[in-house]
Amino acid sequence: MKFELVVNGNPVLIEGNPMDRLLDALRDKLDLMGTKEGCGEGECGACTVLMNGEPVLSCLLPLIQCEAAEIETVEGVATGEASAFLERFVSDGGVQCGACTPGIIVTAWALLRDNPHPTRQEVQAALAGNLCRCTGYEGIHRALGRGAADE
Amino acid sequence: MTLLGSSPPRPDGAAKVGGTLRFGDDLPKEGLWYGATLRSPNPHARIRGLRWNPERAPKGAVCIIADDLPGPNGVQLLDDEWPVLAEGIVRHVGEPVAVVAAATMLAARQALGAIEVDYEPLEPTLDLSAAANQESLYTLELRSGQVEQELERAHLLVEGTYHTGYQEHIYIECQVMSAWWEADDKLVVEGSMQCPYFVHRSLIHVFGLPAERSVVKATPMGGGFGGKEDFPSVIALHAALLAKACDHPVRIAYDRHEDIIGTTKRHPSVVTHRAGVDAEGRLQAMEIEVVLDGGAYRTLSPVVLSRAVLHAAGPYRCPNVHIRGRVLRTHTPPNGAFRGFGAPQVQFAMERQMDRIGRCLGLDPLEIRLRNVLEEGDKLPTGQVMDESCSARLCLEKAARETDFQERWQHLEAKRRAPIDGESMQGVGLSLYFHGAGFTGNGERVLQSVVEAALLEDGRIEVRTAAVEMGQGCDTVLPMMAAEASGLRPEDVVLAPPDTSRVPDSGPSVASRTSMVVGSEVAHVVTEIRDRILDWWSNSQESGAAHTVEDGVVRRGNGESWPFRELARRYCETEDPLVVSRQHEPPEWQVFDEETYQGVAYPTYAFGADVVEVVVDPDTLEVRPRKVTAVCEVGRVLHERLCVGQVEGGTLQALGWGLMEEVKLEAGHYLNDRLATYIIPTIKDSPEMEVHLLERPWKGGAFGAKGVGELPMDGGAPAAVSAVENATGIEIDTIPATPERLLALTSAHRQVPSGPQDPKRGRRPGG
Repeated sequence: MKFELVVNGNPVLIEGNPMDRLLDALRDKLDLMGTKEGCGEGECGACTVLMNGEPVLSCLLPLIQCEAAEIETVEGVATGEASAFLERFVSDGGVQCGACTPGIIVTAWALLRDNPHPTRQEVQAALAGNLCRCTGYEGIHRALGRGAADE
Repeated sequence: MTLLGSSPPRPDGAAKVGGTLRFGDDLPKEGLWYGATLRSPNPHARIRGLRWNPERAPKGAVCIIADDLPGPNGVQLLDDEWPVLAEGIVRHVGEPVAVVAAATMLAARQALGAIEVDYEPLEPTLDLSAAANQESLYTLELRSGQVEQELERAHLLVEGTYHTGYQEHIYIECQVMSAWWEADDKLVVEGSMQCPYFVHRSLIHVFGLPAERSVVKATPMGGGFGGKEDFPSVIALHAALLAKACDHPVRIAYDRHEDIIGTTKRHPSVVTHRAGVDAEGRLQAMEIEVVLDGGAYRTLSPVVLSRAVLHAAGPYRCPNVHIRGRVLRTHTPPNGAFRGFGAPQVQFAMERQMDRIGRCLGLDPLEIRLRNVLEEGDKLPTGQVMDESCSARLCLEKAARETDFQERWQHLEAKRRAPIDGESMQGVGLSLYFHGAGFTGNGERVLQSVVEAALLEDGRIEVRTAAVEMGQGCDTVLPMMAAEASGLRPEDVVLAPPDTSRVPDSGPSVASRTSMVVGSEVAHVVTEIRDRILDWWSNSQESGAAHTVEDGVVRRGNGESWPFRELARRYCETEDPLVVSRQHEPPEWQVFDEETYQGVAYPTYAFGADVVEVVVDPDTLEVRPRKVTAVCEVGRVLHERLCVGQVEGGTLQALGWGLMEEVKLEAGHYLNDRLATYIIPTIKDSPEMEVHLLERPWKGGAFGAKGVGELPMDGGAPAAVSAVENATGIEIDTIPATPERLLALTSAHRQVPSGPQDPKRGRRPGG
């Protein structure tokens, strides 16, 4: 079957089975390797992408549910207006090994787009589904605590 | 201007936040086949028959069993006792019995169904109590002074037995390895690993290849924490065997479930203490027994036990100490390296024991530690005399002062005794800890690490080490150290990829040693290249020497200046290639006797003190850590942001281990074998953290840096549990302190004593 969707602003046609995971389609068919598999069962959040602006877990999402959807991956977020935030995310210590980072960037950017100055509690609520084993989350709080804008 | 201590952005940061960094499973896949592993369902069984039925497998699929190995069936670590594939007998659930490869992952999994195994179950040894009567995997003993006599004479005898559980690494990137064979029988292996030369040695051992025909390339790691120290050798061997058999490149990429059931974990431990103290609470004698569950094979357990024994008495002064250590063999998956490497287990026990001694004498956790804290001039049980870089008291006092610890602890003790119905319980706890920097004993001397630097045509200096970036920041810090030493800029230094065909063996990325050992050698070789170029330049000039180099610019006394890279480029145009290498020599005073366990086990120690504040739900007994104040003395802070990040991340791992992470086994099977059931801290579980870095540089190099990677793993769990005790009055000697365990302890009436104990009686094991 063929599925039409928009990925990072570009219309794409993906050939696959209805139950193929969006995660595999992004990685294997579109070579978007930024989206990672950490657990394959929706627990870790490493595979998070935006679907019509909302964070979703691409390891749990079959292609059939993605028809006509707008998907944004970390590669898409990184080429947009998030650049100041991304720089801060690095300099504040939000990144160590980088394996959870794409999922966290995507989720965090979705939060900041809606809420440019989230509180610590709002950050916790938004990122509750993204595991990070390196940072202890404090670097992530530092980066998000300074908000979305280039300040 | 000094670079060290500043926080320039990490060079790998942009690729990581942009999703463009390629990890092991992100590399191109053309022509790639996939490997899968058949694992034992039995904890202990004889393999009566093992049959591969290719006609039942997808076309072209290949299978490898132990009989197919071209050389010894052993993973070469300290020895080669760990089988590459089970041979005749299986000793744990999940042990690899056969590996298969096919053109797709699905086909490889289908191929597993074409293997028949006939097992004859044998009696398994499943826990430490059953293993105690059998031969140990490894034993150690360390003795100083007259322990028996002093225990007899002591004012008070305090006993305790402390248990710690497994911990699974949960690096977010699972184990992954690809292998292929090139012309002339050359093997190339590429994947996620902390120790390229460990993998290299394993491949040579099994395939009998000359060193240069085995090439190992480490990709950036999506987390390691020790979990990619030992196990990558296993998966690399599997991939290489399959690649040979099917004549395709083969990748083995574990999914999370397989990663949890198939790879090593932190050793569970039981540590028993008998301490004699005087009336003021000063330690007179300690008898400590450390027992680790090694699982089915020895792997790295002997060195884990070594570090455990050497840290078992904690950062305290005690003239008479007897420590015995044993690793026992059980029919469970082998345990191995995990951040801290034995030290977190024994320091959990020591810190709990200090709290217990304090309670027996009516002293709070700060006071009992202040009376025993290790200071300059004091001796460790190994006889090593603490030098001026000993900072235990500094850390302890700073942590207590920053948090008003004593007052808060007393206040919460009083509050607990007069609870208000329905109000959440609060507690505050303290820990003091230390961590020996670098390899244990003569490890660095045996290792003979080599670092190389070479001048590139563009005038930059290529630094060649086997250090691997796993998030800890070596790719940031090594160029900074080179720049600090040489007056060049970090960007004048380029790191060669950790590929055994391109870099010498600078040792593994473990033991908090990379900055301290590899970094100090990097500083030397880069400085030597600089000097060689300056000498050449001076000789070609009439005015002679007297150059200064700062910020990548060479200046002469007469005011002339040139960019260093320009001079280096010119050097390359006319001179022979310039390569400098250097072998690491530990300080000559670092002498350790492996027989008696006396001498200098570590050239220096980093110290830390944590204060953890918790809130405990009175109905569910759920523990929420609210704030951690961590004071860490690391010798010299090389990159402040990265150093703080190590402390924050390590501390949360320690809290996870102490409060929530639990691997349960039933008949040798892990029950929590997925991320849905093995729970690690999320951002909602993690407390606010305040990190204070202190510096007492050590004299041996690396600008005084002592190593920080593992230190924070030692302090979080005992401080958190101490806080739970302060909040609830439940006496806790076992972690993780889950609500279920706290409830069981409550039901068993395990309460802390309400006041000082009768000196003649003391406290007995098991309370």
